Amino acid sequence: MNQLSLAGLGRLAALLFLGMPLAGALAGESGEYVAVPGGVFQSALRYEDVKDGVRIASFALMRAPVTNEQLLAFVKANPAWRRDRVPSVFAESRFLSHWKGPVELGPQALPQQPVTWVSWFAAGAYCEAQGARLPTWSEWEFAAAADETRTDARRDPAWRERILDWYSRPSTSALPRVGLQAPNAYGVQDLHGLVWEWTGDFSSLLVSGDNRNQGDADDTRFCGAGAISMKDNDDYAVMMRVAMLSSLEGADATANLGFRCAKDLP
Amino acid sequence: MKSLMTCLAFAVLLAAGCSRDSSTSPDAVSMNSGDSSGSAKGDFGPPQGEPVKAMLTSPPNVPPPTGRSAPAKVIVELEVIEKEMAISEGVTYTFWTFGGTVPGSFIRVRQGDTVEFHLMNAPDNKMPHNIDLHGVTGPGGGAASSFTAPGHQSRFTFKALNAGLFVYHCATAPVGMHVANGMYGLMLVEPPEGLPVVDREYYVMQGDFYTTGKYREKGHQPFDMQKAIDERPTYVLFNGSEGSLTGDKALAAKTGETVRLYVGNGGPNLVTSFHVIGEIFDKVWFEGGARFQENVQTTLIPAGGAAMMQFKLEVPGSYILVDHSIFRAFNKGALAILKAEGPENKAIYSGKEVDEMYLGDRAQPNLAAVATAAAAASSGKLTVAQQIKAGQALFAGTCSTCHQADGRGLEGVFPPLAKSDWIAREPEIPATAMLHGLQGKITVNGKDYTSVMPPMSQLTDDEVANIATYVLNSWGNPGGRVTKDEAAEIRKRPPAK
Repeated sequence: MNQLSLAGLGRLAALLFLGMPLAGALAGESGEYVAVPGGVFQSALRYEDVKDGVRIASFALMRAPVTNEQLLAFVKANPAWRRDRVPSVFAESRFLSHWKGPVELGPQALPQQPVTWVSWFAAGAYCEAQGARLPTWSEWEFAAAADETRTDARRDPAWRERILDWYSRPSTSALPRVGLQAPNAYGVQDLHGLVWEWTGDFSSLLVSGDNRNQGDADDTRFCGAGAISMKDNDDYAVMMRVAMLSSLEGADATANLGFRCAKDLP
Repeated sequence: MKSLMTCLAFAVLLAAGCSRDSSTSPDAVSMNSGDSSGSAKGDFGPPQGEPVKAMLTSPPNVPPPTGRSAPAKVIVELEVIEKEMAISEGVTYTFWTFGGTVPGSFIRVRQGDTVEFHLMNAPDNKMPHNIDLHGVTGPGGGAASSFTAPGHQSRFTFKALNAGLFVYHCATAPVGMHVANGMYGLMLVEPPEGLPVVDREYYVMQGDFYTTGKYREKGHQPFDMQKAIDERPTYVLFNGSEGSLTGDKALAAKTGETVRLYVGNGGPNLVTSFHVIGEIFDKVWFEGGARFQENVQTTLIPAGGAAMMQFKLEVPGSYILVDHSIFRAFNKGALAILKAEGPENKAIYSGKEVDEMYLGDRAQPNLAAVATAAAAASSGKLTVAQQIKAGQALFAGTCSTCHQADGRGLEGVFPPLAKSDWIAREPEIPATAMLHGLQGKITVNGKDYTSVMPPMSQLTDDEVANIATYVLNSWGNPGGRVTKDEAAEIRKRPPAK
C-alpha cells in the first residue's frame, strides 16, 4: 500500500471517529480506535528479507488497552472463555485468576484497569469478537515509537530513559486505570508505562532471548522468512519486549501482560 | 578416604554453625600440583544415594563444605526477584536478583555432582530471566534451557565436571542491563577431596552500577543505559550496596584464624584489582581455578571471573577490602571491612610508636638559625656569625650528602671543602659552584675529581651567601664573607664553560 497523503489521512481519521460511538472512549465494550497512518518503518530488529525498512499499511489501533470491564462483557457473551470452562490449551490455570469469580471482577480487578492474566488465545478471541485482531509486532512497534509530539522518538535518549524506567521496575503495586497517560502523536495511550501487550505474531519473534547469539543464529530456531536479530543494539526497551514475548507460550498469562486490538483500514 | 559417615557428621557439624573442626582434611593435592585433567576426569559416574537439596546462602555467607565422598544428585532452587533496595544511604535502585540479594545466593556442590537446577521467576516480576552458570558444560551454560517468563519456572540438569569457583549470571536480552542490575553470583564446585579446612569463609562480589543521578544523589535512581554503554559507572560496589560490609556488617574474624574469601566480579564492565589493605594473601587460587599462587598483594579478577584467597590473621584491627583501582574505592564505594579481634601482637606489628614532626634534614633547631639570619639580613644587621650559623643549617641539607658533614668529601669522588687549596686560592668558588655547577676534571689538594656538580640555583641569594660564608669559615679554610649582593652578582655571571 502506498503512503496516504496527509489530507487523505485526515479524512480517514475523521471518518473513523464518526464511525465509532464516542461513549466507547471510556466505558464502551469495543473500545475506541485511532487511525495510525502507515509508512515505512525502520525496525529495531534486523530482517534479512527487508532492505529498506518494514512497510506498514495504515491501520486502526485501540486507543487504550482492553480493560477488565471490556473483557468481562466478552466472557459473559462467550461463556466458553470463562476461566472455569476454557480448555487449558487456550489458557493456563491462572487465566483471569485475579477476578473474584468467572464472571465477576471483584476488588483485585477494577473495571477500568487493563486486563492482565490473559492468554494470547483469549486476547485473539476477544479482538475477533469485535471484528478486529491483535496488532502485528511491527504495527505495535510502529505506533509505540511515537512520543507525545513525534511519530518516531526512538533516538531521543530522554524518551528511551522514560520507557526503560517503567520496564525495569517490578509490578508490585496496583495497576492504574487505562487512559491516564498523555496520548502519543497518533492519539494512542498507554503503549508504554502500563502493561506489556500481546501481539498477534508474537510467536514468530525469532530473536533469541539470549542476545549474545546475535550473528550466530542457531539455525534450528529459525524458519522461513529468514533470521532476524537486533539491528539497534541500543534500544533496550525493544529488546526487553522481544525477550518478554519470546519467553511466552500462547496459553500463558502473567500479572502485567495485557493487550489491545487493531483493525485493517479499508 | 574418609567413610561416608564421617563426612556426613562433619557436614552436620558445620551446618550447625561450628565453623571449625579439629580434624584436618588432607591437603588438597590436586589443587596445587599436577594436572587434574579437567572435565575429562570430572565424571565420577551416576549420582548415588538420595537427592540432596543444596543449601543456598546469602552473601557474605558461604554454605558449609559438602562433605561428600561420592557424586550426588543435588537440587538447586533459585528464585529471581526484582526488588527495590538501597544502593547507598538514601538512594534506592531497582535490583534484579537471584534469591533476593546482590550478589545472588552462593551455591556449593562437589565435582561430579549431578545438579538439577530449578529457576523460578516471581509472578510480580516484569522481566523474563534465565541463568548462565560458568560451571556448566553445555551451550549457553544453561541460558536457553532456563529462559523463564514471570510467574513461571524451568528446570535443567547438568553434571559439574570441572572443579573451581564459577560465576553465574542472567543472560536474557539486554544481557548487560540484567547483569548491571545485579544478576550474578557464585557457584563453588569443590574438588573431590574438598578444599583445605579454614576457620572462616566469606562471599564477596564486586559489581559496577549505572544510575542516572550522580554518586550518592538521593532518591530512587533509574538505570542509565548510556553510562553503562560508555562504561562510566556511578557506583563500584562489594555486595550490591555501599556499606554492605562495613560498620556492624563488617566481616568478622579473630586473630589466629585463617580466612578464605570467595571473591567474584559480576561486572558488567570493570575488571577489579582486588586487594586487602594490611594483609598479604597467603594463597590465591587465581581465576578460581585449581592452582594457587602464594604471597600475593593484589589479584586481578576479570568481569565474569572469580578467585579464592586465603590468609591467616596475626594482628587485630580493621582490614579494608578495596578495588585498588583506587578511585573506585574512595569515590564509587568499592570498600568493605574485615574486622579481626584479638590481643595485640606487637612483635609483628607495633602500632604507632612515634609521632612527631618531620622536616627532612632541615631539622627544627637549625632552621631557627636560618630564620634569624633572614630577619637580620632584612634589617641590615646580619653578622658573619649569624651567616655562619644559618649556612651550617643549610649545608646540612643537600651539600653534606656529597661533601659530608665535616667537609671532607669522598676522596676521588666528591672533592673536599675542608682545608681546600682551591678555596684558599679562589674564595669565590663555593658560591660560583653552587650557582653554576661544575663540570670537567678538577684537582683539589692534589687529587683529581671528575664528578659533575649540578647547579643549585634553586637556592636564594641569601642561602648561597650563608652557605658560602659557612664553608669559608669552617674546617681550616681561610675565612671571609659572601654577601647577598655578591651572591646575586655571581648568579648573573655567565656560567664558566
